[in-house]
Amino acid sequence: MIEVQRLMKRFGPKVVLRGLDFSAHAGEFVALLGPNGAGKTTFLRILASLSRPTAGVVRIGGYALPQEAAAVRRTLGVVSHQTLLYGDLTAEENLLFYARLYGIEHAGQRVKEVLELVGLERRRADLVRTFSRGMQQRLSIGRALLHDPQVLLLDEPYTGLDQDASAILDQILRTVAAQGRTILLTSHDLARAEDLATRFDVLSRGRIVASAGREALHHSGLLAFYRQALEAA
Amino acid sequence: MKPRAPFLQSVWAILWKDLAAELRSRELFSGMFIFALLVIVIFNFAMELDVATRRSVTAGVLWTTFFFAGTIGLSRSMAMEKDRGSLDGLLLAPVDRAAIYFGKMLGNLLFMLLVEALILPLYSFLYNQNLFNGGLFLVILLGSLGYAAVGTLLASMSIQARTRDLLLPILLFPVLLPLVIGAVKASGGYLSGAAREEILPFLNLLLTYDVIFLSISYMLFDSVIEE
Amino acid sequence: MERKPLALTVLDILSALSLLIATYLALFYAPTEAVMGAVQRVFYFHVATAWVGLLGFLAAGFAGVMYLVRHDLKWDVIEVAAVEISLVFFFIAIALGSIWARPVWNTWWTWDPRLTTAAITELVYLAYFMLRQGIEEVERRARFGAVYTLIGAVSAPVTFMAIRLFRTIHPVLFGASSEAAKGEFSLAPGMRVAFFFALFAFTILFVDLFWHRIRLGRLAARVDQARLQAG
Repeated sequence: MIEVQRLMKRFGPKVVLRGLDFSAHAGEFVALLGPNGAGKTTFLRILASLSRPTAGVVRIGGYALPQEAAAVRRTLGVVSHQTLLYGDLTAEENLLFYARLYGIEHAGQRVKEVLELVGLERRRADLVRTFSRGMQQRLSIGRALLHDPQVLLLDEPYTGLDQDASAILDQILRTVAAQGRTILLTSHDLARAEDLATRFDVLSRGRIVASAGREALHHSGLLAFYRQALEAA
Repeated sequence: MKPRAPFLQSVWAILWKDLAAELRSRELFSGMFIFALLVIVIFNFAMELDVATRRSVTAGVLWTTFFFAGTIGLSRSMAMEKDRGSLDGLLLAPVDRAAIYFGKMLGNLLFMLLVEALILPLYSFLYNQNLFNGGLFLVILLGSLGYAAVGTLLASMSIQARTRDLLLPILLFPVLLPLVIGAVKASGGYLSGAAREEILPFLNLLLTYDVIFLSISYMLFDSVIEE
Repeated sequence: MERKPLALTVLDILSALSLLIATYLALFYAPTEAVMGAVQRVFYFHVATAWVGLLGFLAAGFAGVMYLVRHDLKWDVIEVAAVEISLVFFFIAIALGSIWARPVWNTWWTWDPRLTTAAITELVYLAYFMLRQGIEEVERRARFGAVYTLIGAVSAPVTFMAIRLFRTIHPVLFGASSEAAKGEFSLAPGMRVAFFFALFAFTILFVDLFWHRIRLGRLAARVDQARLQAG
């Protein structure tokens, strides 16, 4: 579903991604781990078509970036630590707006479904400005799912969430994963990632340095695997 | 699979979103309007707008007011996009980048026209000068269009810089001079009942400016918002 | 460390020499203008510096287009060099113009189209540097710089036309009409030599400075890179 080969990204003199190889099958839930400055956000922004690769091949759902960006954008849902919502619009209006941008037919019906999925149907007529951080993040996931994307990218979605809000977010992500979508998630929180993902990739200094499936971790645990991967790199 | 939403639908969606948000908060509009009012009051005392002076400076006062108030609207409208990282939200959607430009530009134009529509009768009331003039309306439409065209582009740049609000007027005003000349001269011509041949060159200037800056801003907008 | 190319050294010497000759021609060789007197001699440098400003302006616009097409930071370095040279030389041209205008029109400043357009372009370029200063990220800075350079490049001719529509009292060169009172004059043969040589000398100076400034920009980029690698 996601196919990345020898991806390079340079910001002026600074090289952030140096020949990154990555792939994810349909239905896989991959957690992308790594220290700050390893290039996680940059990598996700490139996948999200928000940033151009300096060199390398990126294909999502069979479409190449940046050439077929419009098609990729239809395949992708993106959630970042910024909610990408408008405070002066209601929850429903926010989703309706994005539904129109994605050219979704029967937008009203779809918006209702999504609000139910993220558990905000009761607050649909309230301004997003009045929402808690957790509710905003849930609505933000709803926004990303509006057009029923096959691939979901989540960049640090747990930032700023308290225990309850994180638990609800877990719930939603499980539901979404069970629908057979491909999910790529970055997180600092190893415990959270360990609960959710089916595969763990470690990113260090612009490269994927280790990758392991859930079964392979059974005895050692994610933390040990993560430490080992960073030391070896 | 449809590759993207139809162009006009996207433009309309963005415009609708700006209008709906503004109807709720009225921040942008009230900010622009109150600021415009203050500028006029300041002009009154700075220039002693007696009957004789008024005849010659009304057009200048009006346009200075509109242009200053306009920068407030432009900053605010783009800040709203950047506030919660929404510019990324727009970019993630499979819409033509030009649709984003035209959506934002039309919103900016609309707010500006709205403020102008309120300032004109107020100015007439304060200074007992009839500004209900079809020619003047045309000039205001053309002048505001050019302003919104280049302003939307420059505001989407300044909003991404560290110096933000400070930067916008500094970027905008130097390239606005032809618009100032055209708008002030043409408005002044209509208000003083000048002959059509005297006004026409300035209308042409406005029209030229609008066409040139609308097309170049539309072409450059991609480079301003895409990485 | 990259060594200074020989051709650049030759160009340094050449521009210094030709500037000396141009100065001699302007101050001693050219005949004194009958009506305006000795102050008219400033004209040779006024036009020549404005010409360099214009060359820089055109080069900046071209580099801006190239950057947006190629996304190669090389063009950003060229663009900054061109803008800087243009900024400095338009400033000199405006200052010299004022010195000339004072005795001839009895005013330091006239809102003449060429002078005003040059002054507005100065403001555009100052805004350009403020814009760049406000952006840390190298590529975005280059992108926005290129966009604003192009906006400036397109607006300059429109500004020029707009001001001409507004009013004008600048001398029209080579027009032999006897409007000396308005500051107009025709070029005598001796003046012609001084005039064209000044243009020639300053064109060489432009190429020389442009080259130096681009080289400086490249070295600065390499220092940045080395610092990043060391850090």
